[in-house]
Amino acid sequence: MLGQFIETLIGGLLTGVLYALVALGFVLIFKASGVFNFAQGAMVLFAALAVARLAEIMPLPFAIAIAIAIMIALAYAIEFLVLRRLVNQEGIILFMATLGITYFLEGFGQTVWGSDIYKINLGIPREPIFLFQGVFPGGILLDREELLAALVCALLVAVLAVFFQVTRIGRALRAVADDHQAAQAVGIPLNYIWLIVWGVSGIVAIAAGMIWGSKLGVQFSISLVALKALPVLILGGLTSIPGAIVGGLIIGAGEKLAEVMLGPILIRWFDLAGGGIENWFAYVLALIFLLFRPQGLFGERIIERV
Amino acid sequence: MRAPAATTVVGGEVLLSVQNISLAFGGVKALQDVSFDIRKGEVRAIIGPNGAGKTSMLNVINGFYQPQAGSITFKGVTRSHMRPYEAAHGGIARTFQNVALFRGMTALDNIMAGRTLKMRRGFFWQVLRLGPALQEEMEHRLRVEEIIDFLEIQAIRKVPVGRLPYGLQKRVELGRALAMEPDLLLLDEPMAGMNLEEKEDMSRFILDVNEHYGTTIALIEHDMGVVMDLSDRVVVLDHGAKIADATPDEVKRDQNVIDAYLGVAH
Repeated sequence: MLGQFIETLIGGLLTGVLYALVALGFVLIFKASGVFNFAQGAMVLFAALAVARLAEIMPLPFAIAIAIAIMIALAYAIEFLVLRRLVNQEGIILFMATLGITYFLEGFGQTVWGSDIYKINLGIPREPIFLFQGVFPGGILLDREELLAALVCALLVAVLAVFFQVTRIGRALRAVADDHQAAQAVGIPLNYIWLIVWGVSGIVAIAAGMIWGSKLGVQFSISLVALKALPVLILGGLTSIPGAIVGGLIIGAGEKLAEVMLGPILIRWFDLAGGGIENWFAYVLALIFLLFRPQGLFGERIIERV
Repeated sequence: MRAPAATTVVGGEVLLSVQNISLAFGGVKALQDVSFDIRKGEVRAIIGPNGAGKTSMLNVINGFYQPQAGSITFKGVTRSHMRPYEAAHGGIARTFQNVALFRGMTALDNIMAGRTLKMRRGFFWQVLRLGPALQEEMEHRLRVEEIIDFLEIQAIRKVPVGRLPYGLQKRVELGRALAMEPDLLLLDEPMAGMNLEEKEDMSRFILDVNEHYGTTIALIEHDMGVVMDLSDRVVVLDHGAKIADATPDEVKRDQNVIDAYLGVAH
């Protein structure tokens, strides 16, 4: 029983890391422009498609390098064609713009790369690792890909934390998110800042897309992963990089544990079917947070003086 | 801040001039063929009834709006329009009619944000937080603390500005503009919504900035008493066109100005 609990917990935490990776892309853009970037999921799909198709004709590292160049070019195009023209508009206008970008990217991705299910092979052995076989019967099962995801995520977070929190860019980002015009008036180069954050979240999308793609196959449903990042964001706070990580972990672990532990209880005591908890758990948790702590665990307090 | 100027030279060389500026939004003509100049060291007021185009003019000067016609000469360089970054880089700072602060940040951070363009050290040093970058950060903090002392807002340094009363927000916004050590300071209704005491404080700050630091100031203001007390020269706009450009006393007696404000019998 304890072995099963620990195994579920670890499996959940590792899935949570994947959620966190997607949520991270949202947080970066939200911090820097106050825009909720609905297109993050589409960016993950687009990046995964790019890596998968490029890897068919060249070694993986080259494919990744070209994909990075593509995502940066995409960030530039979005900044130049869309964001630049919407400076100082309401958040909802920018949100609608990202909605447009979402559908464009999903369609355009298929136009360029095709709409079949593609594989990304990270060269990781499929067999899981078993730990503590002496302590628990059967040991604890670990998925190698999820383990890799955790490492990549930890690395990305460390780099981003240094980049955004230690340098003065962090202050500039918050300034831009708060007020576009005022930021421009003190000489913060808005376009440059946007290019940086969209470029960086494009690169984060590559990491997320490759790992999800290697797990599930690169297909349209990857863009729906973004919807799982929403409760993560509400839990962690829209503006907090550590929040995205902790939120991802809580939701990943929470939903798996709820499925495995709560399910049987519901079956035994209430004679319910007991399945599907994984599907709603995250959203109910997010709803509870919205009611009692709308800024999330780590978000900035919402101050409004009327 | 720069060393205090020994005397304030009013009517010195031209710092900025706008020539034949026209700006329209669709069919609405916000500015029509407006020309005037701002001289080094003076306090220049821009006045006019509501909708006269005053804020549009400031937006043209610091690059938020691109006029359809005309040109801007700043520090001897003539352009068809400014860009916000060029303006900030060239030494133009501004405040906004409706207070545009970074709401989630403290007063101190807001004013520090004004130092953005003054930071010189590269990214590498910033990351390591040592050596020249640390020293630089400390120097900037020192300047910012001077400004905080000057504006008498020590008590609210660490308060998120969203929680401050309006009058203090305006003061923080002025502080952020001052942190840029501007050559030209644009103030859009610095006293709107203030009570008498706050207005007097703000007037004093504006005059002190002008006198001690020699900063050239262009301000939009509705309170005629304030305009008459503070400014060296006044340009009057009405329906987007310039109708007068003279000293406060002359403007007060100008028939066109009186008509614009009071209306004319037809």
